[in-house]
Amino acid sequence: MKIDHSQPLEYGTEQNKMNILGFWIFLGAEIMLFGTLFASYFTLENRIGSGPSGADIFEITPIIIETFLLLTSSFTIGLAIHAMRLGRQKAMLTFFGITLVLGLAFLSVEIYEFFHYVHVGAGLQTSAFSAILLTTLGTHGAHVTFGLLWGLGIILQIKKRGLTVETTNKSFIFSLYWHFLDVVWIFIFSFIYLKGLM
Amino acid sequence: MEFFERFAIPHPSPAIYASMVAIGLTVIAIIAGLTYFKKWGYIWREWLTTVDHKRIGIMYLISALLMLFRGGVDAIMMRSQLAVPGNTLLDAQHYNEIFTTHGIVMILFMAMPFIIALMNFVVPLQIGARDVAFPRLNALSFWLFFFAAMLFNISFVVGGSPDAGWTSYFPLAGNEHSPHVGTNYYMIAIQIAGLGTLMTGINFIVTILKMRAPGMTLMKMPMFTWSALITNVIIVFAFPVLTIALAMGTMDRLFGTHFFSIDNGGMDMLWANLFWVWGHPEVYILILPAFGIYSEVISTFARRNLYGYKSMVASMVIISLFSFLVWVHHFFTMGQGAFVNSIFSVTTMAIAVPTGIKIFNWLFTLWKGKIVMTTPMLYSMLFIPIFTIGGVTGVMLGMSAADYQYHNTMFLVAHFHLVIIPGVVFAMLAGLTYWWPKMFGFMLNERIGKWAAWLIAVGTCVAFFPMFISGLDGQARRMYTYSEATGFGFWNMLSFIGAGILAIGFVLIVYNIYYSTRYATRDIGADPWDARTLEWATHSPVPEYNFAITPEVNSSEALWDEKKKGHKLFKGSYQEIHMPSKSGVPFIMSAIFFVFGFAMIFSLWILAIVSLLGIFACLIHRSFEQDHGYHISVKEIEETEAKMGGAKG
Repeated sequence: MKIDHSQPLEYGTEQNKMNILGFWIFLGAEIMLFGTLFASYFTLENRIGSGPSGADIFEITPIIIETFLLLTSSFTIGLAIHAMRLGRQKAMLTFFGITLVLGLAFLSVEIYEFFHYVHVGAGLQTSAFSAILLTTLGTHGAHVTFGLLWGLGIILQIKKRGLTVETTNKSFIFSLYWHFLDVVWIFIFSFIYLKGLM
Repeated sequence: MEFFERFAIPHPSPAIYASMVAIGLTVIAIIAGLTYFKKWGYIWREWLTTVDHKRIGIMYLISALLMLFRGGVDAIMMRSQLAVPGNTLLDAQHYNEIFTTHGIVMILFMAMPFIIALMNFVVPLQIGARDVAFPRLNALSFWLFFFAAMLFNISFVVGGSPDAGWTSYFPLAGNEHSPHVGTNYYMIAIQIAGLGTLMTGINFIVTILKMRAPGMTLMKMPMFTWSALITNVIIVFAFPVLTIALAMGTMDRLFGTHFFSIDNGGMDMLWANLFWVWGHPEVYILILPAFGIYSEVISTFARRNLYGYKSMVASMVIISLFSFLVWVHHFFTMGQGAFVNSIFSVTTMAIAVPTGIKIFNWLFTLWKGKIVMTTPMLYSMLFIPIFTIGGVTGVMLGMSAADYQYHNTMFLVAHFHLVIIPGVVFAMLAGLTYWWPKMFGFMLNERIGKWAAWLIAVGTCVAFFPMFISGLDGQARRMYTYSEATGFGFWNMLSFIGAGILAIGFVLIVYNIYYSTRYATRDIGADPWDARTLEWATHSPVPEYNFAITPEVNSSEALWDEKKKGHKLFKGSYQEIHMPSKSGVPFIMSAIFFVFGFAMIFSLWILAIVSLLGIFACLIHRSFEQDHGYHISVKEIEETEAKMGGAKG
């Protein structure tokens, strides 16, 4: 395997470069996926049937906590990649671990939030609005859950094999994914929660 | 016994029982045959675990031909039912199921794998690559498609087929009006196939952007590769919309949500919009590679370079953008109002402009060319006039005011068959005949091939032209019968005869494959058509590493340059070649997806969760696996090249 040392390790081979490009294209598809969910949300937002509306059920405190947790985790995964480029495996793993813990905390608050919605009468079957709200949030939450499992797998591989051409490539791609989830959350925060609370 | 009742057919008939027996016997015959001839190991090693783009292409091809047979039988049954007024061959329910599955099978399980088959086989060869960017992902794409197609097809004998049309509009497709599991099959099987298609899209974009031979800039790519690139961009942006629409439809049906229902705020038109935001680009996903094939074939057999290369590329880019801006024309009559309809009317008609540019470019390529009328060229020549008729009637349908007259009549059915058949099916048959020698090392018989081409063209015209007339007279589509007093009988009888001619044409193609496999000479060399692009610069059939030496090119017609202008394609000497290793995981994972899909369709939640865990186990296995492929040594390359009849380069 030819490794090009003029590039960061994650870009070191042709296959690595293709993996990263491929993942960017996949993120393009993900933008369409969430774009469709948002378009459907805006269409169904006011179609609440006999159920509650967004303004009735949104609570600002858990939303702020979730936002804080996820935005911080995006910062720490950035630090992890920075440490990886410096070749500092221990620092990298620490920041990677913090990222996943923050992600897990985010997920816990989101699960609480879901219980809250069902409790106040906005279940999956209540109305078109409640269904698209829970589906949009749930799709994002499912992405975070998948990310937690994926990230855990990468940590185990780095512990076992060190920072190699493959593990750095995977870590970098994971960081792209994690930043993307953060970007989606910013849209959820602005166009679902803030818009709904106004 | 209550548990098993859900798997029963809701509306059985002797034909369905006969198919059950036939399917059972076929499965037993395949298993017995493989065991008797001791071919299990061969099948597993050489096909089920392969990651070679050429073999995956061939498997896509075989699947597409099988599905063509299934969709074709559906078509014959429909035309037989309508051949005479008041016919009782099929009842309303069966007719509904048959036109639904005909549409889905032909679009998603025949046309899609057919274009992906040719892209898989041809694109890496045309750009001088060893394989695609992600060979194992490519295998996963195929097996997901394959198992999804199998899942969809068993609906016929287990639980009942979908019956709400291939567009599956809500509220008709909701639980209230479609209570049996048929529409679940639709939602889940298409979802699984769609995942595979999305992966194909990503895979080919990266392949084309990153793996071209030295010297091949974007504007020096062969036209089929260009069409594949643009098609895959459309796939990546259109399929996620379908993913969400199907997920919402699934939730409506399985979990009682109210996305598309008519109560509790649900909005049935949201489905129609989402479906066509995907569905219209899908039409161009099918037609653009077809245009690419025609460009290759026409330039090869006019013995001329393609006229207007840049305008060909530009028109495809414009078509791909416009394809996302016309979806409302599928439901002008569903109450958007005059203003919205007018906008979509204009965008629809605007698409005719870049398409027209392409037609004129082909005509100018023929101008002063030394035309050789081979079978692929014959398909291309038959395509231009028939497709133009289909296209012009599309512009008629695109005028929203006039559409109120045509909507949901046989006029529409005539229109879209007369674009899809000459546009896509002729192109696939042309491509099949054109690249057949590269795939299998012998040519299809030209005489039988031309007979088939003429029969299919004549059959298409006889089958679908009468529908323009009966449609304008008011015959609605999707009606399972009509009375004698309507006067539709004559036109439908003509269509039935046309369908029969088409069927004979397809049977001839199958016979041609049999005949040529038996009798055709294997001594055809690498370039039997005197073609122009890189895929003809390597041996037929192609060795697993494609090119012993990576070619260097300086135009879109590298082989022609070598033949006529003294360009040297292969410089340097043999080097060790790195190849990806085989894997059974894509097959196993897709098989588990099949079980998962089946469990979802019948709401077997425990099985669904267990199979989902199985899918995750496959993902984890892949992540932790260390696989660096293997190398083919210089000695092996020399031996292969010598055996193939002289070194290339």
